[in-house]
Amino acid sequence: MTAAAAPDPIRLGLVGSPNAGKTTLFNALTGLRARVGNYPGVTVERREGEAKFAGRSCRLIDLPGTYSLDPLSPDEAIVNQVLEGAVDGVAAPDAVVVVADACSLERSLLLVAQVLNRGLPSCLVLTMMDELAARGGSLDRERLEAALGIPVVGVVGHRGVGLDTLRRLLGHPEQWSRPPVPPPLAIGERAAWADSVCSHVLHQRPGAHALTERLDRILLHPVAGTLVFAVVMVTFFQLIFAWATPLMDAIDAGVAHAGAAARTWLPPGLAADFVADGLVAGVGGVVIFLPQIVLLFGLLYLLEDVGYMARAAFVVDRAMGRIGLEGRAFVALLSSYACAIPGIMATRTVPSPRQRLVTVLVAPLMTCSARLPVYALLIAAFVPATNAWGPLGWQGLTLLGLYLAGAAAAAVVAAVLMRVFGRGVDQAPFTMELPSYRIPSFRLWVGQVGGSAWAFLKRAGTIILLVSMVLWMLLTFPRLAPDPAANPTDAARAALEHSAAGRLGHALEPLIAPLGFDWKIGVGLVASLAAREVIVATLAQVYAVEDEGASLREAVRRDVNPRTGQPVFTPATVASLLVFFVFALQCMSTLAIMRRETNSWRWPAFAFSYLLVLAYGASFVTYRVVGAFTSS
Amino acid sequence: MKSNVNFATRLSDLAPGDQAQVAEMDASDPIARRLQDLGFVTDTRVRVVRRAPLGDPVEYEVRGTRLCLRRSEAARIPVRPEDAGAEAPS
Repeated sequence: MTAAAAPDPIRLGLVGSPNAGKTTLFNALTGLRARVGNYPGVTVERREGEAKFAGRSCRLIDLPGTYSLDPLSPDEAIVNQVLEGAVDGVAAPDAVVVVADACSLERSLLLVAQVLNRGLPSCLVLTMMDELAARGGSLDRERLEAALGIPVVGVVGHRGVGLDTLRRLLGHPEQWSRPPVPPPLAIGERAAWADSVCSHVLHQRPGAHALTERLDRILLHPVAGTLVFAVVMVTFFQLIFAWATPLMDAIDAGVAHAGAAARTWLPPGLAADFVADGLVAGVGGVVIFLPQIVLLFGLLYLLEDVGYMARAAFVVDRAMGRIGLEGRAFVALLSSYACAIPGIMATRTVPSPRQRLVTVLVAPLMTCSARLPVYALLIAAFVPATNAWGPLGWQGLTLLGLYLAGAAAAAVVAAVLMRVFGRGVDQAPFTMELPSYRIPSFRLWVGQVGGSAWAFLKRAGTIILLVSMVLWMLLTFPRLAPDPAANPTDAARAALEHSAAGRLGHALEPLIAPLGFDWKIGVGLVASLAAREVIVATLAQVYAVEDEGASLREAVRRDVNPRTGQPVFTPATVASLLVFFVFALQCMSTLAIMRRETNSWRWPAFAFSYLLVLAYGASFVTYRVVGAFTSS
Repeated sequence: MKSNVNFATRLSDLAPGDQAQVAEMDASDPIARRLQDLGFVTDTRVRVVRRAPLGDPVEYEVRGTRLCLRRSEAARIPVRPEDAGAEAPS
């Protein structure tokens, strides 16, 4: 049976201001099947999804949220360019769907006027109709259709109300009425036109949202608000650490079991090693991130959907302005305290591309949870467990100091980078809306979290897996003929020294000796380039100990350099190693996500390099300074 | 405070609770054009809703919607302050 060529899908462009509920509507219409990418030359996200409306195939293009079609930057100009079909590889939409918040009709009409001047078939979707009614506002939809000359549909996006009517409409853009005359564009006349439309449609301005007013009296109060903010942020973290850790331990155990199982099924030898230590460990290295990512995103999206995130940004914006960033960047950096990956993905909420880029570049400096095992090992082994001041112990203080050092470094680097990049007129003015508080839709929330987690798995997952393989090969080849007389741990240590990674460690020794590191630390550093915490397991292998707890601590304490007779881990070396970990970017997943968010390998490469330079320099200085203080 | 034609007053000079009318904006300034697209059109009434705990940004109500601006942006909007007893935006 010959099939007629399927007609091209109808292309529908969604235009609307940032808080209009456009993305919620897009998700509701396309499900979780959206394709995400980038437009050439800019950093704004390109999101398209397919759906069938009224039996016809349609492609929805979620254009970046914008308050005006009069662009101030290349990122904003993309909307115009897509509508004109001027972007390579992106055909112009067949019709435009303007999405506007029903509660801000008087302002939204200013954008509608600009869209109607584009000459494309258009329709208007008014979202949050429920809130309009709840706040005592109203408008006559039919009169609005008549006044604008285009179809108008009212919906409640996050509850699915009105979507069926909308779907029927979207399937037939060729039937949409067109305005006989486009509205005036000059702002004075445009505003007057909007006012006359509003009076014609019997528009009643909604009153203030009662719940929002009551809550904001506390949450935005100078004293109470800041306190609530601090409590929310601390609780945020406590929850992440408390809930993620047992899940991650469970995954660790699961991976170990899987590896052991692989060994029992496969004949002992290279294949078994590859599957158990390369493949299984590699996959485990990806999956282990999931509890943190899911939890972080879950809490982030919850706070955002409820409406609190904008308040947090509002409170902290001025402090962020001191380093050249803004309130919304704070949330991204704060998330990076648990894991930089969701933090970097959260920079999407920052409209300014320069600030978004700088936030992405400094996010790795925030003390992420992968540094904890390294800090824990070194602090437990070398920092005295005595009290420094009252009940505060040296160990706790050191850990706190390292956490604060990360944030301080991020602030300083951000300020410097903004100074360096910020040359040139800044683009759109800082604008932010404080949306009404609302009870979020569970289904929507699950979709948001799932979407982000899946995005991580797809992009970062492949890279982590690849790098784990490469690392496994470096640590395994060339192989040493096993000495039957040696015990297993000594044999493992000898094999490691003989491998490519071991040789790399030796080769690196002259480079890292000024930092106080020997070849064994060198091997650990090579391995940790994939993921920070790997250094603990690698050191355990190098020191040929069975476990990473007490035995490893003892082993590193007792280790003596055969050439000099001095301990390998002097106080200066320990301090230097800690400082190195404060700065260095040792996480393939972070690099992968940076690539995805900045649409090029240039920025991850830059981040890796500048952080390596900082790490080396800071380590060097620390080693000299601490060495001078502690030399006998 | 008697309302008078005072083009030297900027939106950033107002305090929470104050109301004013937007005066003529500088059409050549692209940022001013964006602010107009956001609703700060000449002769439109604007009300200062609240200020952030650290003093910046400030939430305004204009054309029935609320929006936060930083002081540096609000300073670009000349206003004619209104009497305290003037009708609030309904």
